[in-house]
Amino acid sequence: MKHVVIIGNGISGITAARHIRKLSDFEITVISAETDYFFSRTALMYVFMGHMKFEHIKPYEDWFWEKNKINLINARVNKIAVSDKKLHLSENQPIDYDILILALGSVTSTYGWPGQDLKGVQGLYSYQDMELMEQNVKNVKHAVITGGGLIGVEMAEMLMTRGVEVTFLVREKGYWQNVLPEEESQLISRHIRSHGVELKLETELQEIIGDDNGRVKAVKTNHGEILECEFVGLTAGVKPNIKLLEGTPVETGRGILVDPYLKTSVEDIYAIGDCVEMRIPGEGRRSVEAVWYVGRMMGETVAHTVSGYETAYKPGKWFNSAKFFDIEYQTYGNAGNVLLAGEDKFYWEDASGTKCLKLVFEKETHILKGINVFGLRMRHEVCDRWLKENRTIFYVMEHLAEVDFNPEFYLKSEYEILKQFNEAGFGPEVVLTEKQGMLSKLIGG
Amino acid sequence: MVHSNMEYIRKTGLIVFITGIIIFLASFFLAKYSYTPETVDIHVYETEQNMLLKKVMEPEEGKIISWNISYIKRVSDAMARVNIIQLETYSIKDADLDNIISISRELKFSLSSIDSVFEGSSREAVFKRESFKAYGSWLDGRVFDSETDMKGVLSGISDDISHYEIAGKKGFDRYRTKDLKYALTKAASVGPVRDHPILFILLTYGLCIIGAVLYLLPGIKELPGIKNNHIFNNQMTNRGWLGILTGSFLIIFYILLYYQPEYMTNWIIMVDPVSMSLKGLEAGRFFLYGFIYTLAILVMGVRMMIKYRGNPYQQMRTGSVMFFQTAFAFLIPEILLRLNKPYFDFKNIWPLDYDFFFDNSLNQLLDSGTLGIFMLGWGISLIIIGVPVMVYFFGKRWYCSWVCGCGGLAETLGDPFRQLSDKSLRAWKTERVIIYSVLVFAVVMTAGVLYTYWSGSSQFAGLNTYSVREAYGFWIGAAFAGVVGTGFYPLMGNRVWCRFGCPLAAYLGIVQRFKSRFRITTNGGQCISCGNCSTYCEMGIDVRWYAQRGQNIIRSSCVGCGICSAVCPRGVLKLETGNEKGRFGKPVLLGNESLLDSR
Repeated sequence: MKHVVIIGNGISGITAARHIRKLSDFEITVISAETDYFFSRTALMYVFMGHMKFEHIKPYEDWFWEKNKINLINARVNKIAVSDKKLHLSENQPIDYDILILALGSVTSTYGWPGQDLKGVQGLYSYQDMELMEQNVKNVKHAVITGGGLIGVEMAEMLMTRGVEVTFLVREKGYWQNVLPEEESQLISRHIRSHGVELKLETELQEIIGDDNGRVKAVKTNHGEILECEFVGLTAGVKPNIKLLEGTPVETGRGILVDPYLKTSVEDIYAIGDCVEMRIPGEGRRSVEAVWYVGRMMGETVAHTVSGYETAYKPGKWFNSAKFFDIEYQTYGNAGNVLLAGEDKFYWEDASGTKCLKLVFEKETHILKGINVFGLRMRHEVCDRWLKENRTIFYVMEHLAEVDFNPEFYLKSEYEILKQFNEAGFGPEVVLTEKQGMLSKLIGG
Repeated sequence: MVHSNMEYIRKTGLIVFITGIIIFLASFFLAKYSYTPETVDIHVYETEQNMLLKKVMEPEEGKIISWNISYIKRVSDAMARVNIIQLETYSIKDADLDNIISISRELKFSLSSIDSVFEGSSREAVFKRESFKAYGSWLDGRVFDSETDMKGVLSGISDDISHYEIAGKKGFDRYRTKDLKYALTKAASVGPVRDHPILFILLTYGLCIIGAVLYLLPGIKELPGIKNNHIFNNQMTNRGWLGILTGSFLIIFYILLYYQPEYMTNWIIMVDPVSMSLKGLEAGRFFLYGFIYTLAILVMGVRMMIKYRGNPYQQMRTGSVMFFQTAFAFLIPEILLRLNKPYFDFKNIWPLDYDFFFDNSLNQLLDSGTLGIFMLGWGISLIIIGVPVMVYFFGKRWYCSWVCGCGGLAETLGDPFRQLSDKSLRAWKTERVIIYSVLVFAVVMTAGVLYTYWSGSSQFAGLNTYSVREAYGFWIGAAFAGVVGTGFYPLMGNRVWCRFGCPLAAYLGIVQRFKSRFRITTNGGQCISCGNCSTYCEMGIDVRWYAQRGQNIIRSSCVGCGICSAVCPRGVLKLETGNEKGRFGKPVLLGNESLLDSR
């Protein structure tokens, strides 16, 4: 019986463990120095804000692991001895493995800012980061967050719930504009401001200034402005956590390099999730994708391979989601910050400026390439199908009712969107496919 | 500046609200008790008991008693004293029995012997004759083996007469004692609440409502979006001291309401004017309860409207429960009473409405002409047609979170506590055992009641149907639905009764599970296992378990409140009705094409 050891109990590692258990009778051990049990990393913010307790963000009850014969070890792996297939741990005896899966996650990116190690300066990724933040925000009146991505806006929201005034430094002209197109970026920038966050665009952190006790007291921006603060959030992204691989034959680039089977350069060692860099990324995909869904999919895939059902990692159409304060965001396919050659777009925004829809399509064929949607919920299954079936935007417009995933009784935006679409004159006028009336909805299919 | 103004209004509201609560609590003690014979005249219409009770209570005349405990004790002692006197007067004595035996030839009991033992036309003799004949006629002509044997049987009859006939007709049996304790205490209450009930309504309910509204309204100024900030840091909503205190208060309130209403007479006196204006009668304990209940749903309904104002589904169903409580549960039944029609809640459905088939309810409906027959037909149609048809099209939510009174309170007053429900697998297992047991209990109890109604016999399947219905009323109707159901909001969440106890929810749930178009759809592969849905599920459903494996959520207990969908940060959940085919769905997470072949 083979012993599969997984380092990391995040979504990637745990998904792999669960699926290996389903597919094999291997002995499975998951090692993590972060927490005893798997938790949802994306939900840490809700624990901080008091929406949930830590126990609520554990997706499985504690008895689950023993019942499914998945061994959990809370320890840090100090060294991987590749030649004799052994792991040296901080606490326990060394462990032998037959197959090793690296699900090491990410670490906060820092760029060598002066003062980045001062007290009160931190990123937000791990459980320990959240605990540290709990300590660091005590008596804080003013915080500066630097780096306009998802973690930055989360941190802003978290700090606001503690009555902290937040100044948010963003390098681009709009929030998250290295990912979002300008209109969407502006919409979210406005929303962030409406919540009382001071958003400073085109502003970068230059230096963090400490007091005599080694605690942050201000930051200096690239415009020479000094902002007093007692807390600094470093949220300029994350990068693969590959420190453990130093001095091992496992090849790394930005992340741990893997082939389509998620195999590293060393036999019987696989890597999944945030820490991975694909040698050949799939079409329309990036080589490093540090998102929950990718971790889950890689975990599921590698489980098949190590259980004897060799399976290449083939992610489908890109999708992602997030929430910025009150506005939900979903994206399907590729609707990035800049249009590629031969692409065109359709953008609709509602009167309140809190909902919008972006369609990116091929100019020539009108085939849909990507969707961004804010403040509206769309059906993943329908979007995915449209993208795969190469549907045109005319088809999409005609079938807008089908994609609606908002709760019942929400005001429908379809007609407004369609009106604007027809006015834009991309082609022949589109009529919305007859929506089911109340009665036919009740009785019919 | 605006922000601090809002905080100021909120704080003022809180102070006003707490002031109202304090005055309400204080009003409990703001009465003295003064006995007058008139109080007995109003409530004790049986001549003998009336005279005796007045005689026993005579020393109390003119006294002012400061504590209800003390006054209630005097009243119940007096009633017990009357019972002793009546027992002394009317009970059949040992000597009487010996007399009967001695005149019975060869130990053969003859009913005619009664006439000679209890002769004369005195009240006592007449009563003894008649009651012995009524209770002992079945013995006529019986021959006994020995005197001891005969004495034993005869004293059994004498005991029955003491227990039932004398207590019931000449004294105060336990039901009458309970009613009179309450009625006489209420009638004897004097003090500021009695003198100025409307003033006290304003000082208690009035201040509470104003305070609550001041506290809630500034929320409109905030951006829409559900804010569950600090719910688990709050003493009220995370089983802190405030939650435990509130739960304890509610539990005590319910215990008094159901079992010892004589202690809360001052609160009932306070709402007398409201009751008078609605139905022309003094308030009873259940009027007080209905009044507070409706106010709670309305005020906390406003809170729901504000909290979920970005979410029309939540607002619609909150408006719906506010309407059904106010109109159907509170006003219409009271107005029916004023029109001399049967008290009837048109939206209450058996077996939640467990006394729907009790003989007195049935008789009342049958005696009330066309309207009564319509009510009976309506009630039965809801059970056999309304429930399955509506659940088929909409799911059980049409009732549980849109119409029901228990649901109405849970969804408004209870909303701040929804996160306290237990999500563990163990809790789910326990829930299934308990709720279906209650359903079986309700069905057996009602079958017994109907059997007795038609056959006249109180024995059904070896059980006394009166004891069974009484046990159901005490343990399920009052203790479970009331004391535990609401008292435990701050301890176990707002749906303890609905989840573990309600037999109607069990029935609706069976239909929802097996024959309905309702489901909660999981959106492709978008779940991030954050747990907001499970945490805020008041029914303790581990919604995430399904969502994170890409499976539709179909559970008999789901009341369709829609909060899981509302709090989901990624738009993963949608309450839907649709074709039954494929309703359960396959657990497939979209996005990974690697495994398409192996699937």
